[in-house]
Amino acid sequence: MTDSSESNTPERLSPLHAQHVAAGASFTDFAGWQMPVRYSSDLAEHHAVRTAAGVFDLSHMAEIVILGPESADALDYALAGKISAVAIGQAKYSLLLGREGGIVDDLVAYRTGEDRFLIVANASNRAVVAEQLLERCSLFDCQVFDESDDIALIAVQGPKAYEILSQVPGVQVDGLADLKYYWSTPGTFKPVPGERETHELLVARTGYTGEDGFELYVAPDAAPLLWDAIMETGAGSGLVPAGLASRDTLRLEAGMPLYGHELGLDTFPAQAGLGRVVNLKKEGDFVGREAAETGAPDGAPILVGLVSEGKRAGRAGYEVYSSPDAGLVEGRVGVITSGALSPTLGYPIAMAYVDAASASDGAELFIDVRGTRVPASVVALPFYKRETNS
Amino acid sequence: MSEPTARKYTKEHEWIDIEGSVATVGITAYAADKLGDVVFVDLPTIGSSVAEGRVVGEIESTKSVGELFAPVNGTVLDINEAVVATPELVNSDPFGEGWLIKVEFTELPELLTYEQYSALVGE
Repeated sequence: MTDSSESNTPERLSPLHAQHVAAGASFTDFAGWQMPVRYSSDLAEHHAVRTAAGVFDLSHMAEIVILGPESADALDYALAGKISAVAIGQAKYSLLLGREGGIVDDLVAYRTGEDRFLIVANASNRAVVAEQLLERCSLFDCQVFDESDDIALIAVQGPKAYEILSQVPGVQVDGLADLKYYWSTPGTFKPVPGERETHELLVARTGYTGEDGFELYVAPDAAPLLWDAIMETGAGSGLVPAGLASRDTLRLEAGMPLYGHELGLDTFPAQAGLGRVVNLKKEGDFVGREAAETGAPDGAPILVGLVSEGKRAGRAGYEVYSSPDAGLVEGRVGVITSGALSPTLGYPIAMAYVDAASASDGAELFIDVRGTRVPASVVALPFYKRETNS
Repeated sequence: MSEPTARKYTKEHEWIDIEGSVATVGITAYAADKLGDVVFVDLPTIGSSVAEGRVVGEIESTKSVGELFAPVNGTVLDINEAVVATPELVNSDPFGEGWLIKVEFTELPELLTYEQYSALVGE
């Protein structure tokens, strides 16, 4: 057993740090932040999100605001999607591409007004996303503000997310029940009944778990009271605080890529199954367009799902082979980017980049699990899809 | 088994309870907590010989894989079948029902005391 959690860099604390300490969280360094990795059990937290609800602190994520009459045009140029077609209140998953066509970051763009957008990016990419948006948007009549330090983010995820959020005292959100997936709406939070103190909220029906749920953007000084109110309201419904460990297994089951694992500067969106996110039909140039039109080089590996039997999971960095005894070089067909024993499904799942010839559904491959080649089948993503009534 | 305070420890976060020439080995609560929920345990076969410092098993959680090192030279007398069937015992009772292997040894290497191990992990 080895432990490598030592770090010399000063770590930033979430505005909810005291809540996490009180709840008995174990912490991990994440992009320079001390964030809760789990509270008691990552499996229990995972199952709670699948069957009831979990509440996540995502205050480390980057929030960048684009403001001004040409902000929609600016984002059409800066990002891979047609952001000008996003309606007020709507959100869109998009990519910031490099000129060479690789992925600088994946992000969600919320249109919060005719001339106002909120870009939510990965914490680890805050600096590069802010810098790139500033540079790309400077060609247009708009301004870019990095508001990451002034916005906390709380996610409530799970089948009971609506039931809980709709009952949190002091939270007022019009039309919460009818809020559609990937739409957002403003709301308010009054921590103390009768007092005038009121905080603005942006409530979005988005998430990273494969379940129904909401993400609440709020001022850092109001976040602890909002967290406490959600926890109190949800306690009777099975809501638990959930850490980054469960968030990772939840998003993996849902087939959602993670920057640094499935996505990176050397990855073309089409390789990651994100070709649809790059809108080549939109008018005008955008950064990475030329490279995207040329496409990934011939023979570029493709992201697939792998499932296997037993309990031994392939993990990030494990090699994938074409047969149980194929040579290390000529038999190697790819590498795993994320993998775990799926808590919901009970068998090992993984995402891997493999050669196109090995990427078809049903292909039988072998994962080198620390010296043993474990058979695995290629399957379509996601591994897990929630049942929906509608 | 003796109280955790009376046991020996390794830098690899294992505890060793010594009774005559038999060492019972498990991982510490600190290690179990760092690993997270244990979902799979792979242990050596009974009767196999093990060498001090060599990997003899694996403890997998949802997040990562921990290796079990043999703390002594010797022969595996017994393994904890209960922990193979119910890996969460490593989390729920690391110093008791979550024990992993029993090894018969002839000579003990230098091991950490409870105080030395506690100082190592800062607890």
